[in-house]
Amino acid sequence: MNRAVQIILSRPLSIAGSVLIAVVVLSAAMADLLAPFPDHRGTVVDFSNFNQPPSRQNLMGTDLVGRDLFSRILYAYRLSLILGAVVLALAVPVGVTVGLVAGYFGGWVRFVLMRTTDVFLSIPPLVLAMSIMGVLEPTLTNGMIAVTVMWWPWYSRLVHNLTLAEREEGYVLAAEIIGASRFHVMFREILPNCVPAILTKMTLDLGFVILIASSLSFLGLGVQPPTPDLGSMVAEGAQYLPDSWWLTVFPGLAILVAVFGFNLLGDALREILGTEQ
Amino acid sequence: MSAVLKLLAGRLAISLLVLAGVSMLIFAIARVIPGDPARIALGPNATPEQVEKLRQELRLDQPIWLQYGHFLSDLSRGELGTSLYTNRPVTRDIAQFLPATLELILAAGILMICIGLPLGIVAAKNEGGFIDNLVRVVSLLGVSAPSFVWAVILMILFAFFLPLFPIAGRIGTQFDVPQITGFLFVDCLLTGKLDALADALWHVALPAFALALSGIGQAARLTRANMVETYRRPHIEMARSYGFPEWRIARKYAFRPSLIPSLTIIGLDFAAMLGNAFLVEAIFAWPGLSRYGVAVILRKDLNAIVGTVLIISAAFLIANLIVDLLIALINPRIRHGRDRS
Repeated sequence: MNRAVQIILSRPLSIAGSVLIAVVVLSAAMADLLAPFPDHRGTVVDFSNFNQPPSRQNLMGTDLVGRDLFSRILYAYRLSLILGAVVLALAVPVGVTVGLVAGYFGGWVRFVLMRTTDVFLSIPPLVLAMSIMGVLEPTLTNGMIAVTVMWWPWYSRLVHNLTLAEREEGYVLAAEIIGASRFHVMFREILPNCVPAILTKMTLDLGFVILIASSLSFLGLGVQPPTPDLGSMVAEGAQYLPDSWWLTVFPGLAILVAVFGFNLLGDALREILGTEQ
Repeated sequence: MSAVLKLLAGRLAISLLVLAGVSMLIFAIARVIPGDPARIALGPNATPEQVEKLRQELRLDQPIWLQYGHFLSDLSRGELGTSLYTNRPVTRDIAQFLPATLELILAAGILMICIGLPLGIVAAKNEGGFIDNLVRVVSLLGVSAPSFVWAVILMILFAFFLPLFPIAGRIGTQFDVPQITGFLFVDCLLTGKLDALADALWHVALPAFALALSGIGQAARLTRANMVETYRRPHIEMARSYGFPEWRIARKYAFRPSLIPSLTIIGLDFAAMLGNAFLVEAIFAWPGLSRYGVAVILRKDLNAIVGTVLIISAAFLIANLIVDLLIALINPRIRHGRDRS
């Protein structure tokens, strides 16, 4: 733990990442307290004050129906983080189990599982999520399902490769010789040694899930209005460039800040946990 | 050479198997639609008889494995059915929109290689220095925003604030290039209209850069990491002790082995770009697959969804095959058949 703190402190970029993530998470968690206009996350309309540039009252300006952009971005952060957490909570266990089983059992089990993984991985990620969203109704829950379906194969590939290497190690052989069950060997012996790599990937992926989800809603295939979402905000504002630049620039930068933070943090974690690829 | 061919044949077989899997997956996804696609396509005013007729035309009344069988037999004749959105064969729709998308992605791929690799080399040569850290931050920033955000930022900076590049479209309206292949660059060259070609290149620059940004960062980071590692290898030291000039060591002994993992990531980035092109096209009003793809998805146009995803996946698999071939040609261990990994 001491070494972890040392590495983080010795590198300005890791500090920057930690600060960014702290800001993003705190502003999402305390959106109710921080947002100057909490009710603007819904269907409030204030035409007397629409499409205003940033001012002291509206730090990031107002949108086309007069809602405070800053408040909406705070609530959009909350939604994005929840979405990211839920997607990973669903995708990681599935992917990890598939990867462990494929790597440990080998033979035709591995062939079937890994070729299935390949099938999912050979549809470009965004295209797969788009087509799943296309057949479902565009809602938050379905968005999570779509992103989960495209996300688990990455973990199954990662854990599969790790398992192939770990399977040959002495400790696995020892466990097998004393008669440990396959379940025990996979989940109690091999899995703990994969945890650092999985954790690193999860940190990086939290950012990328936010990125993909915002891409879906940018295309109109994700969270629907009036729920505040960074992607659909950019899509809405893009038609009003360059005059109403704040409509796109602030939500766009909000995505950048969050994903950049997770990237910096994941990068630091990679070094701390020694999971350099 | 035969080792390369053997390897390629193996990869091709696996790719075809995967493509068959993709077709099953996307077919299954398209058939679990809640709600009746026929009803959605015909609108709320259609009579039950009309809906029933379309259901039969789409073979929705048959079991799914039979539907898939019909789909395969259509596919073997090069048909993907009729789009309910445009009322034209899906293959014709895709043939119309795909070239523009491919051109954009190809331009982005060239930018990615021409900027990403040199950046990585420069960073590796200055390991730990200012340029190295700068490249690191820039490449992390590149992957940290979806390409539509970069598209918006680039557009504001270089089309509105500094009006250097056009805002939208594929070519200026004053040019009239006859459609021969559908690929604008090729058509310009074939008809000898070099001023039109220049204009088309000028139009593609900004969207292609927005699309390439995340790939540039990844290619640069990976090339840097590999170069740094290769420079520590003994064969570099040996080359130095022979007194080879530094540029030759860099080019021949450090860069070439480092290129192999970079090529792999370029192949993966190509997949990402096939998806991200949808985002960039929407911002720059690029007349590619994007608008068609989103429109058919929103209208639950089954044939068009399945066809589009299948073609995009095929494009990705072909790109990966090309990458495999390049790697095989660069890597002497594969070229001479000693390493089959």
